[in-house]
Amino acid sequence: MSLDEFFVTGDPLILGSQIAIGLTMVGLVALITYLKRWKWLWREWFTTVDHKKIGIMYILAGVLMFFRGGVDGLLMKAQTSRPELGFLDAQHYDEIFTTHGVIMILFMAMPLLIGIMNVVVPLQIGARDVAFPKLNALSFWLFFVGAMLFNISFVIGGSPDAGWTSYFPLAGKEFTPGVGNNYYAIALQIAGIGTLATGINFVVTIIKMRAPGMSWMKMPIFTWTSFVTSILIVAAFPIFTVALAFMSLDRLFGTHFFTVAAGGDPMLWLNLFWLWGHPEVYIVVLPAFGMFSEVIATFSRKNLFGYKSMVYAVAGIAFLSMLVWVHHFYTMGNSAAVNSIFSLTTIMIAIPTGVKIFNWLFTMRKGRIEFSNAMLWSLAFIPCFTIGGVTGVMLAMAAADYQYHNTMFLVAHFHYVLIPGVVFAVFAGLYYWWPKMFGFKLNEKIGKWHFWLFVIGFNMTFMPMFFVGLDGMSRRMYTYSESTGWAPWLGFSAVGSVVMAAGFAALCYNIYWSFRYASRDVGSDPWNGRTLEWATASPAPHYNFAVVPEVDRIDDFWYKKKEGKTGIKKSDLKPVHMPSNSWTPIFLGVAFGIVGFFLVFEWFTLAVISSILIVIGLVANSFDYDDGYHIPVDELEEEEREWRGELK
Amino acid sequence: MSSTHSSRFPWNHLIGFILSIALTLLAVFVKFYTSFSDSIVVWIIGTLAIFQALIQLFMFMHVTEGKEGWINVVNMIYSVFLALVIVFGSIWVLTSGHAAMH
Repeated sequence: MSLDEFFVTGDPLILGSQIAIGLTMVGLVALITYLKRWKWLWREWFTTVDHKKIGIMYILAGVLMFFRGGVDGLLMKAQTSRPELGFLDAQHYDEIFTTHGVIMILFMAMPLLIGIMNVVVPLQIGARDVAFPKLNALSFWLFFVGAMLFNISFVIGGSPDAGWTSYFPLAGKEFTPGVGNNYYAIALQIAGIGTLATGINFVVTIIKMRAPGMSWMKMPIFTWTSFVTSILIVAAFPIFTVALAFMSLDRLFGTHFFTVAAGGDPMLWLNLFWLWGHPEVYIVVLPAFGMFSEVIATFSRKNLFGYKSMVYAVAGIAFLSMLVWVHHFYTMGNSAAVNSIFSLTTIMIAIPTGVKIFNWLFTMRKGRIEFSNAMLWSLAFIPCFTIGGVTGVMLAMAAADYQYHNTMFLVAHFHYVLIPGVVFAVFAGLYYWWPKMFGFKLNEKIGKWHFWLFVIGFNMTFMPMFFVGLDGMSRRMYTYSESTGWAPWLGFSAVGSVVMAAGFAALCYNIYWSFRYASRDVGSDPWNGRTLEWATASPAPHYNFAVVPEVDRIDDFWYKKKEGKTGIKKSDLKPVHMPSNSWTPIFLGVAFGIVGFFLVFEWFTLAVISSILIVIGLVANSFDYDDGYHIPVDELEEEEREWRGELK
Repeated sequence: MSSTHSSRFPWNHLIGFILSIALTLLAVFVKFYTSFSDSIVVWIIGTLAIFQALIQLFMFMHVTEGKEGWINVVNMIYSVFLALVIVFGSIWVLTSGHAAMH
């Protein structure tokens, strides 16, 4: 392979990106060296097993990926803003919608949600860390390496270009011979292993590590939704692992799982992909529902209406979510029985979702609503998401779906589900839990700019897509003619995407501004919260709780505050056992990245040689006898005194 | 449940032991001393294996005991359900409709 095949060449946009990436990397290395921060980075972040720091790294990576995926979106909107534009050619457009989809779902939504889960769940259940802290670090590094591997595709070797669903036969070697779709198969596999480990970790954490007294029906609702999401991860991700393994074998080693020629079946890929892909939608949306529930209850000053029905609704959604996958390909030409059954299950899933909408509305009814930023996002979520849900029921009807299938109507629908359902939730969650992570609030005034620009821009961008979709515009069209009459709609939509981008810029500015100027004096419980994460200092100390709290009822902390029983006694302090940092997770992550890179380029000798690194990492990990360390009582006392005052 | 353990004769274990031996012998018998076709033999042995597994789980491995033993049971039922959905669902989806008309 010659050098100009290795690097993608010939496009000024990509050349610009290559130069920008190169300069940023050099700049970062120089800056860290200049500030003498390498040791600090290694000690405090790269080798950490602290769930809060891992969560923050997930969130940081998620915001970065949001930027990358967002730029992809803007490029697409620019290309379709006018008829017959030549800004992007068809191939480049294909690559961009592919990476946009993969990055937004797997490298933006997932890490932001898992990041917030990481920070919040152990705090909410009164635990000091997750069940397997080192595995948690490994999860992060595998995700991160997978994401980076996927991201370099557009400058090295070429991007995947078969859509985020990568349907066969297009995604097979015969039709896309380059390395692009190898990136898809390998990078998602690596990140997927990390996600699966996260799922296992949180199932065990929530089953085994709840504070004394916190029975199932006393668990905060966000913990419930995280629990159900983790179960869905464990149930669904192995299917994707298998599908990607088949894909890799087909592409790298010439097997024929998905090629008709030798008796394979491309529809098997669709089937497996959506067996994972549909639960995946609920994997990202359930924790988001949990966040809205926490935020709405807190800022309505009421307990969550119908807590139990909420729990049952979440469980019901999880159960049904494994039974609806065929609605993504009704048009494969299935029997009437198959399409009818899957229509039914799909429509049924709207029922528990409707239950939740009413629960949120009734939680707010007669509440003393405070319009903080977190609450604003939750309020905007309800109508926007309902539009997404109702159009979903339209799509669920198999007969009607033959009209909507693969049109812009569908694209508008799932953006109306995923952006309010996930992105709004993440924003609400970030504003809400930011003080718990960093010890200061994000600015409310800049936050309002962020909110209004983003919500208005979002509706401007995606509402027109419903109409061009109904008018027959299919998805993934890179251009269209003047005579279609779509130009005004799509032009308006493009303007909307710029407004939405301005909203995102306001968030970034808000983070920057608040880091520099926001008041550090916010106390441990700035929102008058209801759950245990507010019972400890902000930012939470590395041991989380000096004394493990005991729980008598739901929203226990809320009642304890009223009873004035939130203090701790000096005599209750005992040395706290904490896990030690470890270098093996990041080492294994990098090793997987190197092997993955060689596999993408089908340099098998190098891949085999470098996989020795993985073995070294695993062996080193097995012989690691470090049992962690104990934080002595005086240290605990000193840290607690700082925010509680003198202990009794 | 735990009180029955200490003093009384472990009937559970005895019955489980006898049943598991019986099931094993039955499998041997079906294979060597009957003239069923191979596919029927596999079906019978498979069915016996499921009973064997259940006996092991309930009589020796005590899946339902312990503070949150029901979690194990729910977990197993859910896993079996998922496996059935994935396998038979996929077969159904990929072999009906147009796909069946090769």
